[in-house]
Amino acid sequence: MEPHGIWIYAITGRVSAAGLGQLRGVGGGPVRAIAAGELTAVVGDVGLAEFGEQALRRNLEDLAWLEATARAHHQVIGALAELGPLVPIRLATVYSSDGGVAAMLADRDADFRAVLSRIRGRQEWGVKAYAAGRPGPQDAPVGAAAPASREAGAGAAYLQRRRGQLTAQKDARRRMLADAETIHAALCEQAADARLHPPQAPQLTGTKALMVLNAAYLVDDERGAEFGARVEALADRHPGVRLELTGPWPPYSFAASEESEGVGERALRIEARDAV
Amino acid sequence: MTTGSVAQTGAGAAQVYGSGYGGGRDPANLGDILERVLDKGLVIAGDIQVNLLDIELLTIKLRLVIASLDTAREVGINWWETDPWLNSNTSRQQDDGHELEEENRQLRERVRELESGRKGRGNSRSDRESRGTARHMDLRDHRAR
Repeated sequence: MEPHGIWIYAITGRVSAAGLGQLRGVGGGPVRAIAAGELTAVVGDVGLAEFGEQALRRNLEDLAWLEATARAHHQVIGALAELGPLVPIRLATVYSSDGGVAAMLADRDADFRAVLSRIRGRQEWGVKAYAAGRPGPQDAPVGAAAPASREAGAGAAYLQRRRGQLTAQKDARRRMLADAETIHAALCEQAADARLHPPQAPQLTGTKALMVLNAAYLVDDERGAEFGARVEALADRHPGVRLELTGPWPPYSFAASEESEGVGERALRIEARDAV
Repeated sequence: MTTGSVAQTGAGAAQVYGSGYGGGRDPANLGDILERVLDKGLVIAGDIQVNLLDIELLTIKLRLVIASLDTAREVGINWWETDPWLNSNTSRQQDDGHELEEENRQLRERVRELESGRKGRGNSRSDRESRGTARHMDLRDHRAR
């Protein structure tokens, strides 16, 4: 038999084999359970020719392969999330044996159960805020209608205008960051927990607009609609930013037990990326 | 590539449903999925076959790719704008790219205008041009990798 490894998708409570029945994971393989105590690791067997360390090093750089694998991993986690609370595991976590997985479950039993009880009955929602206007100096094109009476005068006028544009951009950015802070604080009130993520690069978002907030909120199942309504209300109140709500997600952003800081304890730290 | 059900509300909040859970719906934007499966989710160690450092290596590389694209944009290379993986909104980005090109052109004209009155004051412009070419070649190499 080809050498294989054990790919882990998620840790959850007890699951029935029937629940996993038709699920297909990375590489198209079936999904099965490894149980230890009250916990279950949902795993799949993967051939090391494709998912071993050397192969992964190569394959992870292949964007088509990465996309297919990431989607397959995510799909299994998404399907499992409908069955009950779970701890999503980072992509490409491969164990060498079932015994190793079971030992890990036993080892971290208390941690996992704490995370599971924290996310039980809750879902993750993603909220991003983008600059609503264009960041560039669109209103006053540089170099237009400069008084050309004297060289120095023209140059100074140009520099002054350019400086004015840059200052205006900075002010606009500061206002948007303040908006983001207000929005985040308001959404934290609706959430059991929150995480701030770094803004995504424009190449990943598919939009050139500056991202000023990229946050995840852990929201009670029954308050999901309310949360969505709150996002809409905030979008109305802050026309300077465009809000995007995604979800519900499995609780990827709340999987780590050690990061147990409460809502709002973490200061909002957003680095404004320069949108070229 | 993006989700099948992006509802644009009057309020300007785009709601993207079906991002999280499977169930046959068109899944979320790839960028969002990659962000979560590569950067979030629990990291565990133990009797492990694959060293997680590999993943760190990958995410760093992904970020480098993105960073190099920023650099590329600075020097006016826009090949990635037609890359369907990196960009689901190609045509719009190309429009934006043209506007940037136009602003660049205006700026260059302006610089030339200003410099024409100060001949003999060094030739920083040609320095800059040759540096631009070197970066350009670096990026090509990177792409061919």
